[in-house]
Amino acid sequence: MLTAVIALSALALVSSLLLAMVARAFAVPSNPKVEEIEGALPGANCGGCGLPGCGELARRIADGKADIDSCPVGGERVAQMIALIMGKSYAGGLVRKVAFILCGGDDQVAAKRFYYNGVRDCTSAAILFGGDKACQYGCMGLGTCEGVCPFDAMHMLPTGLPEVEPVKCTACGKCVAACPKHIIKLVPVDKRLHILCSSHDRGAKVRKICAVGCIGCTKCVKEGPEGAIAMQNNLAVVNYDFDIPDTVAAVCPMNTIRAISLDGSGDNAGVKAAAGGGV
Amino acid sequence: MAGGKFFGGVHPEYNKDLAAARAIEAMPLAARLVVHFAQNLGAAPKPVVKKGDAVKKGQIIAEPQGFISVPIHAPTSGTVQSIDIFPHPVGADMQAAVIIPDGKDEWADGCNVERDASRFDAEAIKQIVRDAGLVGMGGAAFPTHVKLSPPKEKPIDLLIINGAECEPYLTSDHRLMLEKPAQILEGASYFAKVLGVNNVSVAIEKNKPDAIEAMRKAAEKLGIAVRGLDVVYPQGAERQLIFALVGRTVPAGALPMDVGVLVQNVGTSFAAYEAIRFARPLIERVVCVTGRGIVNPRNVLVRIGTTFGDVITYCGGQQPDAGKVIGGGPMMGVAQYSLEASVTKGTSGIVVLKQEEVAQFVGEACIRCGRCVRACPMRLNPSVLGIFAERLRFDDAGEHHVLDCIECGCCAYVCPSRRPMVHQFRRAKAEVRRKAAKAS
Repeated sequence: MLTAVIALSALALVSSLLLAMVARAFAVPSNPKVEEIEGALPGANCGGCGLPGCGELARRIADGKADIDSCPVGGERVAQMIALIMGKSYAGGLVRKVAFILCGGDDQVAAKRFYYNGVRDCTSAAILFGGDKACQYGCMGLGTCEGVCPFDAMHMLPTGLPEVEPVKCTACGKCVAACPKHIIKLVPVDKRLHILCSSHDRGAKVRKICAVGCIGCTKCVKEGPEGAIAMQNNLAVVNYDFDIPDTVAAVCPMNTIRAISLDGSGDNAGVKAAAGGGV
Repeated sequence: MAGGKFFGGVHPEYNKDLAAARAIEAMPLAARLVVHFAQNLGAAPKPVVKKGDAVKKGQIIAEPQGFISVPIHAPTSGTVQSIDIFPHPVGADMQAAVIIPDGKDEWADGCNVERDASRFDAEAIKQIVRDAGLVGMGGAAFPTHVKLSPPKEKPIDLLIINGAECEPYLTSDHRLMLEKPAQILEGASYFAKVLGVNNVSVAIEKNKPDAIEAMRKAAEKLGIAVRGLDVVYPQGAERQLIFALVGRTVPAGALPMDVGVLVQNVGTSFAAYEAIRFARPLIERVVCVTGRGIVNPRNVLVRIGTTFGDVITYCGGQQPDAGKVIGGGPMMGVAQYSLEASVTKGTSGIVVLKQEEVAQFVGEACIRCGRCVRACPMRLNPSVLGIFAERLRFDDAGEHHVLDCIECGCCAYVCPSRRPMVHQFRRAKAEVRRKAAKAS
């Protein structure tokens, strides 16, 4: 009994000494800041920064190869923490962004060209004539974005369009990259006016296939502050650097442009009524 | 040299008797032609006509871009009414020219002249084949002159003229072999001349004994062998055909020329005859219009650009209970959403099915029964590939050789869970290719 205790203790002692020596001899010099930064990052490894994971971003920030506010998920709070670690000052001013679907053509208002009975995935469905929707620019409604969202912020509605929960959305950009129609954009959460259409078709065609598509009438362009809304190839596009009054939405004859509160402030219902259209 | 049965394959209902007995008839010129610019695999040719231009029959309306590309010719004389986006039977909306025929059907200068073909050397024949816009007419539409230009280190010792026509329903090649055997063989002789090949074989599935007979009669004096093949789909696919005929296996990722073989479709051979002997570019083809959803199934010679709607109307229209129109055959063809889709160089058939024949199903989970593994003529594992594709694991699908898939549809045909595997593989192949292009 005693021999066993002594033998094992001696073995443990020798091994730990050996380990300690090896650890010292083969130590890998590492930047302690990397670990600290990685601790400050959200740790979701979502890839929203464009890098393989939080560890890689931490290394880049520590090496000065990436900005301290590179993590879209962490936003201003994490940027401030990283600024402390790096001994830099952070001015802030980073506005949180959320994903937003630039299409309002749900199953009730947008026409379909054919009955699709294939793989339930937007990118796969697009192989066949670009999808069953008459509008080649609109949401296909098969929920590929919902499937790739790592934060459960995106949900397909029964009407055939996805809905983003701004509170959960971290602007990681996975849905933006996954959408085969490229109609999901990251928009500043404090902006209220959005154009829910991505169609570059001419107005006459849009009117035939979608009840809420942009027909390129340019009324909103004239109504809004100069430069705030621009026509790009038959489509009105919002410049999110501007603050556009909600009243601009009221001039849209198609109810394409809508005032929507993404950060929970303001009264959405009132604005919709003022715009004169049910959604 | 002996071949045999290739691995896998399926036996779908052939339904060829619907149109097999109907002789090819030339369809009168439609009132309006929608001629697509992208009609070949590879680079799409660039339009050289604009709205309002007058064109002559056989005049080039789109110039090839690069080597793997062929010109497009006006199918008749008339005026270009517009250039716009139209549905293409391969399953995409693409740019096409709308030509309103003037009714004169007047050839452009230099076209439609009988000439002595013996004066053309190999290079001249290749040039004619390219200038005439020839592509593989079995459906894939790969430029013929590219196939005729194997590198020097890969000599060809066997030319196979493919008359297998294994796709169910379709009988266009069948009728062509019955009615134009000598012309097909003359076209083949030009291919043989380009390649310097003496060994030419015609391969026909045994369910067309009359075609075998007709081709044998014509081939006798020329020393060309006509071989009957087992009736199994996809017998007409290049690799399967080569194995069945001479027992050579084309390695994964390689081409038939790597084993010294070149395969040309009978329709392409006929088009070569027309181009070389008569300076007629590829502006019309035989289309098999068939299926129980069509009033008068038949084989028609139609101008490229004739809309499916016009062709179907000519064949008596659709039955009241028609449910699906397919461009091509039912195994590899694409369901069409609009009858504005028009006949292209690769359109071998238009199949209209009745509503009751159109199966509607939802793919379910793979039960690992392995039927697809036994059916796959490429010896892939569609079960595993399908699961990878479904889970968006495209790298894994690539490692399991999804790029070798020939999209014949055998796996989906036998799947008891009705999994849409070919659709998934098309997606996976696109993703693997995109990634490879990005890396290079």
